[in-house]
Amino acid sequence: MPDFVCPYVWKKVETGGGKLSFINLKDKVVQVKIVYYGPGRCGKTTNLEYINRKFRDQIQSEMVSLKTHGDRTLFFDFLPFDLGQIKGYEIKIQLYTVPGQVRYNSTRKLVLKGVDGIVFVADVMEKQREKNIRSLNQLHENLQSYKESIFKIPLIMQYNKVDLKEYGIPVLPTFVLQQDLNSRLQVPYFEASAITGYNVVATLKKIISSTVVSIQKKLL
Amino acid sequence: MNYGIVSQEQLEQIEDILYQKLVKFGVDSVIIIDMAGNVITVKDNGKNKYNIYSFAALAAGNFATVDAMAKLVGETEFSLLFHKGQDSNIHFSKIDDELLLISMFGKDISLGFLRLNVVEAIEQIRKVWARQG
Ligand SMILES: Nc1nc2c(ncn2[C@@H]2O[C@H](COP(=O)(O)OP(=O)(O)O)[C@@H](O)[C@H]2O)c(=O)[nH]1
Ligand SMILES: [Mg+2]
Repeated sequence: MPDFVCPYVWKKVETGGGKLSFINLKDKVVQVKIVYYGPGRCGKTTNLEYINRKFRDQIQSEMVSLKTHGDRTLFFDFLPFDLGQIKGYEIKIQLYTVPGQVRYNSTRKLVLKGVDGIVFVADVMEKQREKNIRSLNQLHENLQSYKESIFKIPLIMQYNKVDLKEYGIPVLPTFVLQQDLNSRLQVPYFEASAITGYNVVATLKKIISSTVVSIQKKLL
Repeated sequence: MNYGIVSQEQLEQIEDILYQKLVKFGVDSVIIIDMAGNVITVKDNGKNKYNIYSFAALAAGNFATVDAMAKLVGETEFSLLFHKGQDSNIHFSKIDDELLLISMFGKDISLGFLRLNVVEAIEQIRKVWARQG
């Protein structure tokens, strides 16, 4: 879309439930915000750390982590990288995590502002069942406060820590997680292990493609 | 304010304002971001060495945090923020509810001078922004 055809440089593009992405038509840059959401200690930061290690060559910048001394995410982790070009547009992916601790909901909401796509990371440990459900419900409410809908925004489920099975730790079977979290949403899901890297990249690729497609639909 | 659609001409005018009011006088770098952490435009003296996207993410978070603090103590907002360093300083100022203007400058510029120019720049930018269809 050359500039002389479309005189607008910044364009609001409605994605999903009314969120507006910014597409710079002059420099042909699209900034895509993807948030890893889920209960405390489910493995969100570990996902980003793995991606950061795996794609070191393509990531120009250090991962930014705002955490407490105890290594808990205080505000967010942030990892920017360039995806390359799609239809002449340079795609800049920005990965964020939210802090998981219950009392940090106001910060979680801040991070969700302007989100384009979400990975919901659930902890497969049996004892985390309630927490996963509560966290997903809160995501739903937080999105509503931005007039965004969990049913419309690009979303991927990740059932993390499946490696724990091998150590005899009780984990939830995938069909139970599907029932609990994904029976109404019906979004793509992955069993994963952020610590070994199993399906971390698959999850990332899936959310990026869902998100970019949803933005593209409105753009072209 | 409907700031999503800005024409090429308007963006060029805004970049010109940033140059005429700030960069020309020795401000190292001026960035406009939105509150979600997206970079809208950057004007600098070419010596930038940091990652602008990481900077924008942190800046938006920083501003949002201070905003939440203001509400906690019963202020409607702290519309201005300033961080002073050894060699460089960062100044934040709200353009409107969605946009933030951030200036980075060194020792040879006084805060008073900068603030005056930022206020003028923002007034001019708002006028440019208001002129959209
Ligand atoms: N066994 C196992 N442990 C994991 C996995 N992912 C994360 N962890 C551990 O779970 C804890 C919390 O992870 P972290 O990424 O900080 O969780 P966050 O609060 O969601 O950011 C850390 O001790 C991680 O090493 C996984 O896939 N398997
Ligand atoms: Mg974390």
